[in-house]
Amino acid sequence: MSHNSFSHGGQKCATFWNTKIPRSSTEGAADSKDGRSRAGRRQRQNVVLKLTKHLGSMAVFGNYRYASLYFITGVGPQDNELLTLEIIHRYVEVLDRYFGNVCELDLIFNFHRAYFILDELLLAGEMQESSKVTVLQAIHDQDAIEVEDANEERSK
Amino acid sequence: MRQTVFYRLKDLIKAIRACKTHADERAVIQKESAFIRTSFKEENTELRHANISKLLYIHMLGYPAHFGQIECLKLAASPMFSDKRLGYLGTMLLLDENQEVLTLLTNSLKNDLNHSNMYIVGLALCTLGNIASAEMSRDLCSEVEKLLGSSNMYIRKKAALCAIRIIRKVPDLQENFVVRASSLLNDRNHGVLLSGITLITEMCLLSQDTLVKFRKAVPVLVRHLKNLVIAGFSAEHDVTGVTDPFLQIKILRLLRFLGKDDVESSETMNDILAQVATNTESTKNVGNSILYETVLTIMDTPSDNALRVLAINILGKFLSNRDNNIRYVALTTLNKSISLDVNAVQRHRNIILDCLRDADISIRRRALELSFSLINESNVRVLTRELLAFLEIADNEFRPSMTTKICLAAEKFAPNKRWHIDTVMRVLKLAGNHVREEMLAAFIRLVTQTSDLQGYAVHKLYAALREDISQESLTLAGVWVIGEFGDILVSGGNYEEEELTKEVSESDVIDLLESILAGPFANQVLREYIVTGLMKLTSRFTSASSVERIKQLLTGFKTSIEVEIQQRAVEYLNLFQYDEIRPAVLERMPVMKIRETIIAGERLNSAAPGSAGAQTSSSAGPSDQDLLLDLMGIGTSGGTTNAQISTVVPASSGSSNANNIDLLADLFGGTNVSSPPPASSPSAAAVSDLFAGIGSTPAPVASPPASNAGGNILDLLGGDITMTATSPTPAPAPSRPAPASSNGSSTGQQKSYSVYSKNGFSVTFTPQRDSGNPNVVNILTTFRNDAGESGGAIDGVEFHAAVTKTQQMQMRPASSSEIAPGGNATQLIKIANPQKTPVRLRLKIVYITANHGKVEELSEFAGFPEGAY
Repeated sequence: MSHNSFSHGGQKCATFWNTKIPRSSTEGAADSKDGRSRAGRRQRQNVVLKLTKHLGSMAVFGNYRYASLYFITGVGPQDNELLTLEIIHRYVEVLDRYFGNVCELDLIFNFHRAYFILDELLLAGEMQESSKVTVLQAIHDQDAIEVEDANEERSK
Repeated sequence: MRQTVFYRLKDLIKAIRACKTHADERAVIQKESAFIRTSFKEENTELRHANISKLLYIHMLGYPAHFGQIECLKLAASPMFSDKRLGYLGTMLLLDENQEVLTLLTNSLKNDLNHSNMYIVGLALCTLGNIASAEMSRDLCSEVEKLLGSSNMYIRKKAALCAIRIIRKVPDLQENFVVRASSLLNDRNHGVLLSGITLITEMCLLSQDTLVKFRKAVPVLVRHLKNLVIAGFSAEHDVTGVTDPFLQIKILRLLRFLGKDDVESSETMNDILAQVATNTESTKNVGNSILYETVLTIMDTPSDNALRVLAINILGKFLSNRDNNIRYVALTTLNKSISLDVNAVQRHRNIILDCLRDADISIRRRALELSFSLINESNVRVLTRELLAFLEIADNEFRPSMTTKICLAAEKFAPNKRWHIDTVMRVLKLAGNHVREEMLAAFIRLVTQTSDLQGYAVHKLYAALREDISQESLTLAGVWVIGEFGDILVSGGNYEEEELTKEVSESDVIDLLESILAGPFANQVLREYIVTGLMKLTSRFTSASSVERIKQLLTGFKTSIEVEIQQRAVEYLNLFQYDEIRPAVLERMPVMKIRETIIAGERLNSAAPGSAGAQTSSSAGPSDQDLLLDLMGIGTSGGTTNAQISTVVPASSGSSNANNIDLLADLFGGTNVSSPPPASSPSAAAVSDLFAGIGSTPAPVASPPASNAGGNILDLLGGDITMTATSPTPAPAPSRPAPASSNGSSTGQQKSYSVYSKNGFSVTFTPQRDSGNPNVVNILTTFRNDAGESGGAIDGVEFHAAVTKTQQMQMRPASSSEIAPGGNATQLIKIANPQKTPVRLRLKIVYITANHGKVEELSEFAGFPEGAY
């Protein structure tokens, strides 16, 4: 299973749980960069196709109108496609709560945070936590530790 | 923008976003990458965090960032939490399990897995779970196992998922987790339960033993599911009114595997499955995803029939959902489950057929697939009608497979022949340009087989062609059937239907074929069909004017640039000279045998299906003539020709045998004819000699009359008719130059020309155009010993020839270099003459006679008169 979210500005965050595939080949998904000016359905289809080719699995394409963000998920033949849409939805909800009405720019400048959140939601390609509250709590706690660290550093 | 180096991530992102072109972007990134590289080299620890974050951004844009791998590991080993967090993220992004540096990671992971801070343990578990290699899995398995029993739920759930990665990499390790995993089933935390069930599912899939062990957990799972279904609203786990769909689906999924082929487990879960199936709200995607999973579980387990019907009904309900995704899922699942319960699926037939009109092409595709698998004897009429209606509007990409499938379904389930013919004809009408050749052949076979409907079919096709000649397969089928059954067509229809009562005259039919020829859709295959069809009509039609008209039409094709058509036209026109055998040659095709049904989707290797090949195959160009020969052979066997030919052998004797041999040699390409027998030889020897001549032909010889008939027809088709073979030659005097006079007088078509005659030795040429290639002239050279008994034998005969530059020559070996008195020998010369210049030869003749010794002569041959061959 792999998970991607990006907008017309190119890839914002991509995770591949099948690490057998060399990373260079999965970077095909990032080729959509030139879509910056002429993003279109076709380009998205290309990405889906590429993903499907690499992963040998079906791709679920979630089109969410949350600030024109697009999500692509590769699912295996045994996975529940409809639930995958819910997982995407759940991720968007958490992002929304974390950033407060998430938009493209949030993800661009905080791409690493988008990853951190994804890592709390999914692990090894499987759903890890079904509670939004728990996910957000874990993220906030870790952010707090970072701030603490930074303060200590400054006081030194 | 002009700033050399960006120190902060935010600045870098801004700069990159400000780039107008790719080249600008590349330049910025190259500069930045170079800086990061240098900074790494200088071991600048302060900048490491910022550098890695910038590098990850660069990596995400698709630029090389592998040089940061080691730095990520270093960052992850830092004591600072923020460094660790970014370091592990970088590790997950930049490394994959094939990297050797990954082994360096094992140690820091081991430390962090034992860390006191749960979030640091969480980071390590997350990293391990996402990129663990087989080696790391073995090294860190015990740590993960220990963490599975941690009192902290945050760590437990992550450890469970991490274990999934480990057992995926090293399946043997799964035994280590069985005990801990089963204790997770009683966990109250949803996250842990979710992860635990996922882990158990994975283990069950890996090992049948584990699966059997976990069957006893079915009641626990059922209880969990029941609690979720009846539980009231819980804000934490609610998704639009459904409590924790993620967990519900995981439980259903595990139940599916546990209940497979196990009646006891299946019985335990029947109630809850029914409850979920009936109580789950289906207005939203969440509810449908649960229903979908429930359906899969019901289908895969030996659940009771009522439940199965319920499941199929859920899918039926999905089909009427407005959401494409749900309709798609339903169609795919129905396709999979059709073998389980066809009747339940049949009930949703109408709605499936409605999906054929869906706007989404992938839904149309699935619906089509499903519709075809739904066809059976009882619904074939209804479904075919629907599918034909869809065929009319279907995308071109669907049509070839659709026409094949409809034809096959019609063949398999047709209630009667008339319906079958109607259906296929409708297919031909609607999508005649997308019909595979096999289907066309099958249709023609069908018509020839059903003798009581031939009239119906020919009338229908005639009417159809009057309306539309743009559908290739329809036109081909029509032309063939009209050619074959033209007599029935003009004998008047006795069919009540309006369009068919009309009288059709012979000239109407010819008009139609002529208009097809003149129309824009005529191609070579069609012309071939029409030429043959017209020829057949000459024996079906009675009025002389029709035949004359056909003759004229065919004459037009004599100069066709398509060799195949030209050849057919010439051959057919020659057939008019044999009116006594023509009707027999053009007799109705024998009823074709039923061939095994062509399995859908299977590509047949042979383009020409069976005996119908000669008429239906377009690509079987080279074999057409052979088939035609067969056809002719069938047509003439038992006809008049045999009787004529059989008289040849007994009637001829002495040297006239030699003439016959020559003629036969001529027919068969004239090689290896043995030297003629002495004049006194009995006719039995002559017969054996005759066989010797025939033996050199490729066709196996069964009996003298048959082979003679074959030869005769071969010659006949060769375009140059030799009547001598069929009429007994008068026994000539031994001293006569036989070929020249006897052939010349009997038909006037094949003349011999004297080239040389001296010292009792003569050479004659008998030119003939090659039947296979009009540009080739075959010259049969005959050497003859005219000296009589007194002159003795001539031996050492050598014959050399040279042609002009525009021509090419090939000489076959002479039949003999010794010629007995009164005897002769032959040699074949083939001259390729593409420019059709006059044939001129320079000759050198060498021979030894008893009277004159060795003679060497040079001579020239000025050419044959106009129209000699």
